[in-house]
Amino acid sequence: MSATVVDKTQEEGLHEPHPKKNYLTADHTIKSWLLTVDHKRIAVLYLISTTFFFFLGSIAAAFIRAELTNPMGTLLTSETYNKMFSAHGIIMVFFFLVAVIPGVLGNFLLPIMVGARDLAFPRLNLLSWYVFMAGGTCFVIALMMGGVDAGWTFYTPLSSLYSNTPITLALVGVFFAGFASIFTGLNFIATVHKMRAPGMTWFRMPLFVWGQYATGVIMILGTPVIAITLLMVAIERMFKIGIFSPELGGDPVLFQHLFWFYSHPAVYIMLLPGMAVISELMACFSRRPVFGYKFVAFSSIGIAALSFLVWGHHMFVSSQSVLQGIVFSLISFLVAVPSAIKVFNWALTMWKGSVHFTTPMIYALGFLGLFVVGGLTGLYLAAIDTDVHLTGTYFVVAHFHYVMVGGTIMAFLGGLHFWWPKMFGRMYSEFWGKLSAIIVFVGFNFTFFPQFILGYLGMPRRYHYYYFAPEWQVYHVLSSAGSTVLGIGFLMPAFYLTASLINGKRAGRNPWGAKGLEWEHADSPPVTLNFDKPVVVTGPVYDYDAEKDSEMIRAGQRLVDMVKGEEEK
Amino acid sequence: MSSHESTHPDAPVVYEQFEDIGQQQETYVLGMWSFLVNETMFFAPLFFVYGLYTWKHHADFYLAHALLDWRIGGINTFILLMSSFAVALSVHYAQKGRTRAQLNCLWFTIACAAAFIWIKLQFEWIPKISHGVFPNPEFIQNYPHYAMEHGVPAADPYKARLYYSLYFAITGLHALHVAIGIIVFLALIYLIKKKSSLITDYIPTEMVGLYWHFVDLVWIFLYPLFYLMPRP
Repeated sequence: MSATVVDKTQEEGLHEPHPKKNYLTADHTIKSWLLTVDHKRIAVLYLISTTFFFFLGSIAAAFIRAELTNPMGTLLTSETYNKMFSAHGIIMVFFFLVAVIPGVLGNFLLPIMVGARDLAFPRLNLLSWYVFMAGGTCFVIALMMGGVDAGWTFYTPLSSLYSNTPITLALVGVFFAGFASIFTGLNFIATVHKMRAPGMTWFRMPLFVWGQYATGVIMILGTPVIAITLLMVAIERMFKIGIFSPELGGDPVLFQHLFWFYSHPAVYIMLLPGMAVISELMACFSRRPVFGYKFVAFSSIGIAALSFLVWGHHMFVSSQSVLQGIVFSLISFLVAVPSAIKVFNWALTMWKGSVHFTTPMIYALGFLGLFVVGGLTGLYLAAIDTDVHLTGTYFVVAHFHYVMVGGTIMAFLGGLHFWWPKMFGRMYSEFWGKLSAIIVFVGFNFTFFPQFILGYLGMPRRYHYYYFAPEWQVYHVLSSAGSTVLGIGFLMPAFYLTASLINGKRAGRNPWGAKGLEWEHADSPPVTLNFDKPVVVTGPVYDYDAEKDSEMIRAGQRLVDMVKGEEEK
Repeated sequence: MSSHESTHPDAPVVYEQFEDIGQQQETYVLGMWSFLVNETMFFAPLFFVYGLYTWKHHADFYLAHALLDWRIGGINTFILLMSSFAVALSVHYAQKGRTRAQLNCLWFTIACAAAFIWIKLQFEWIPKISHGVFPNPEFIQNYPHYAMEHGVPAADPYKARLYYSLYFAITGLHALHVAIGIIVFLALIYLIKKKSSLITDYIPTEMVGLYWHFVDLVWIFLYPLFYLMPRP
């Protein structure tokens, strides 16, 4: 994206006797971090807190995988196992996946990408982080009180009548996390609509912004529904009023309808930001504009719209009428269309591009492979007849982990590696980066591919023993071994990225040769208000030239050959 | 946050993320509308659940609703409509810069909102709660007595409990919004009187006004759904 700079703020004074301050060095007190309204600092706060919740959720996952290596299930009791998978699901969904890309990358980049000095409502943004932390604290306290056992779906009447665990506190925690996400969505929508720099038309916005915008729309339309639904469960639990519990005259399927009305769109709250990241990575490291820009942009909006019409496919076996089932099944198939548009367009972006295999690109390619598997197995589950066989088995578990972990986390890690130099001004070790990307990819497939087979064979989810079918042990052991590899792959970035803060090479403005306002017009790390001078955008988005890039690489190679030839003579 | 182009004491404050006052005003109003969309979806499931169970247990809900007095609800509807009118006027006066008239309208709105809550408590909630007719384990025993005292036939107490649970949940959430509205109006009046730098144009009044119209609108739907139920 080319842009010219208009100097209309001479009165601000750009003379600097000291070394230039960026958003990290602007102020060093703890107060300046905890009361910051700078979107970049809030992104860093979100990075720290979501990383913490990711590790908390991973510990629960480790217990689950350890338990399942043995068909007798002797490591944990049934109650503890229920609490483990509930903690894993609730933390990973509500306190990690939903928040991570919008909270970290979206907060950091969205204003810079549209050429704004900050998000539209900076104080609301800070409030969002505090509400998120309040929710997280509630849930951590619920864990300390012994943990909850109703699963991340909180199905009634177990959650509202029978469970003797601190469900109400967990519900309040999720309620708060929901409001954090609503505030972020509100901010993104207002920023995209009203804060774009002069010349930044809708179709000059990077696809990252389109993806975050679509996410924001789902956040404000879907999240309040789950908030009030969980509140109703809490009220039912406290006052025994019978909205959702059949014993009290309520309807548990009603809860499932309301729950999935949010929680299916929530899948896209988690995935769309990931897809948004991948568009950026594909364009930069193929040195080509994203193929079919408008199609990719509108497919995000299309996914957001369709996401509200498919929730019934979670309920094919819960007393929904056959007609409803058929309608939901057909609409669910439709989601494949915008998703496939994205995948094909990313693949075509690489075609005739000048592909650079950097760490972020390896993560992006990993995403592509895993998302295709995750997406295509979704079709099995969208079809009623196969779904009746596969519902509640490990096939479902494997499917949504391919989408959530293989999609969202791969994209998040790719994006984090891509924008790390921009966020902290330092380069990490490419060697360790590439190695971790490959280990994550391999470990992931080892963990979750066997679960497709297990699910097909009939292993039910949420069971902690399978003594009735000990022949499944081999798949479970494979999966548990793979999860160890995956865990190592996830741990590695924590070390080499932290190390890069101390001894990493200084990145400079644009280490990747990427296009976009954040690379061409902002420092690494950016100054507090992002740009030294207001930007005016004059050129198209993704102004890459693959031909020129390849030529330069060839010329460089010729130069190297020439020097080598000289030396040999 | 500090302003970066405050040249004149009465000039509107433009926050540092905005280019000019026009952009800031548009952004604030858009943000408020987005928030109201979010609020709509927040109330929507409650209305949906209520609608579903009204359809399912229409006869019992009809009997249960006889204990609500449509006249009190009607008075409250009138009060809220008046308050909305006053808020609209206060936005008008804010645009014209007539601060005294604006403040009078805001005080009138607060009076209406307080009257709404007082009537709700005094004539609806407190009599019911003191007779145990609210979501609690003894509801099943208390409700038939309470109905008999009022000379209306009692509904199936389990269905009536569901009706009153939803009644208290939805009107409670609405009353909470009214109470928040009072606090926000008081804060607005305080800031205007203090000549705070936060309030230099009509936009804060307009935003609070939008919120108040929404709260009013929720009641406009609540009133017929709960008080004016058609005969089964």
